[in-house]
Amino acid sequence: MAGSSTDYIPHHLTHLKVGEGFWSLHVDTLIMTAILGIAFLWMFGSAARKASPGVPGKFQAFIELVVEFVDGQIKEVFHGDRSFLAPLALTIFILVIFMNTMDLIPIDIPGMVAGTAGAHYWRVLPTADANTTFAMSLTVLALVVLYSFKAKGAGGYMHELFGAPFGSNPLLWIPNFALNVVELLSKPVSLAMRLFGNMYAGELVFMLIALLGFAWAGALHDGNIFGFAIGFVGQILLTAAWAIFHVLIILLQAFIFMVLTIVYISMAHEHH
Amino acid sequence: MDINATLIGQVLGFLILVWFTWKFIWPPLLGAIEERQKKIADGLAAADRGQKDLEDAKAKAGDIVREAREKAVQVVDQASKRSGELIDEAKHTAVAEGERLVAAARAEVATESARARDGLRREVAALAVAGTERLLGREVDARAHAELLEQLAAEIERR
Repeated sequence: MAGSSTDYIPHHLTHLKVGEGFWSLHVDTLIMTAILGIAFLWMFGSAARKASPGVPGKFQAFIELVVEFVDGQIKEVFHGDRSFLAPLALTIFILVIFMNTMDLIPIDIPGMVAGTAGAHYWRVLPTADANTTFAMSLTVLALVVLYSFKAKGAGGYMHELFGAPFGSNPLLWIPNFALNVVELLSKPVSLAMRLFGNMYAGELVFMLIALLGFAWAGALHDGNIFGFAIGFVGQILLTAAWAIFHVLIILLQAFIFMVLTIVYISMAHEHH
Repeated sequence: MDINATLIGQVLGFLILVWFTWKFIWPPLLGAIEERQKKIADGLAAADRGQKDLEDAKAKAGDIVREAREKAVQVVDQASKRSGELIDEAKHTAVAEGERLVAAARAEVATESARARDGLRREVAALAVAGTERLLGREVDARAHAELLEQLAAEIERR
């Protein structure tokens, strides 16, 4: 743990990293994602293994509720074969919820646990790492391109890339294509930056609230009981309030990521 | 924002998760849900059908009861009509029988009286013959005076 309040925030924003330059890995992000991914697979896999059309148990009913919710979201927007898009959306939704939820773990506990294992840094929130959010959004971009090819054929997709929106005059091919590339790239960027920004900011607010700890600890050291009480109670109240509000952000951001994925892919899937 | 090879690792991890969900998690879960939905829909349809059958059976039972009641009324009517007829018939028979008896009695009385009268006439004729014989002192040939005797008998009969 960092010793002073000026070190505290930079310390908490540093990844456990191996390697140099581009060829480096954020070990904390990768391990947290792996743990949460396995938790997701285990949770839904155990429900899937026991799935039967009979009367479901409470856990089974809850899982099926989520599945039906996701399926219903897709049904509204996407008119095609849902057998791949639906599991994709479910994976995104649940994985992002799981990853975002890590933000609710009291901010210093993951670092302490990692510290006992000898790690100096440990960022527990994978979605506050742009690598994670871009990994998902670039996968979605690849799927958008793939679905476009599948729905329109190579010729049709090329025609759309070069012939729309201004018209198919050869002079307009370059402006058309430039605009379409911008439009295409704006999708993963907005998807990834929205989630990353929200979670990074949320994490930062928790850190700022945690700085109060230095204040009340200092007050106690100076014998200022009043200052200690204000700081102590203030930290607890503010953390609780922000955590409760953050639950909304956790679910909302996961939902937005899922719905936009569905929308982007159904836009690619539609014929023009 | 520090983009590095972590991105590649995260893409691979994400793809594995999506693939696993696509192959092993989504199909059994949605299959179970859809099959249960079908079962519930079938159950509801069966319940509706049962309700309708029950209503039909109730209506049919009502019809049968109504028909039976009508038939019963008919039977009672018929029976009372038939009994009236029987009574009438019996009355007629009794009256006819009575008349027949009376007529027979009358006829018998008539024959009896005719026979008595006949006998009487014969006796009167014999008496008359006997009286006449006594008066005349000789035998009268009844056969020779049959016409006279007959007239006498008719005279007596008229009185």
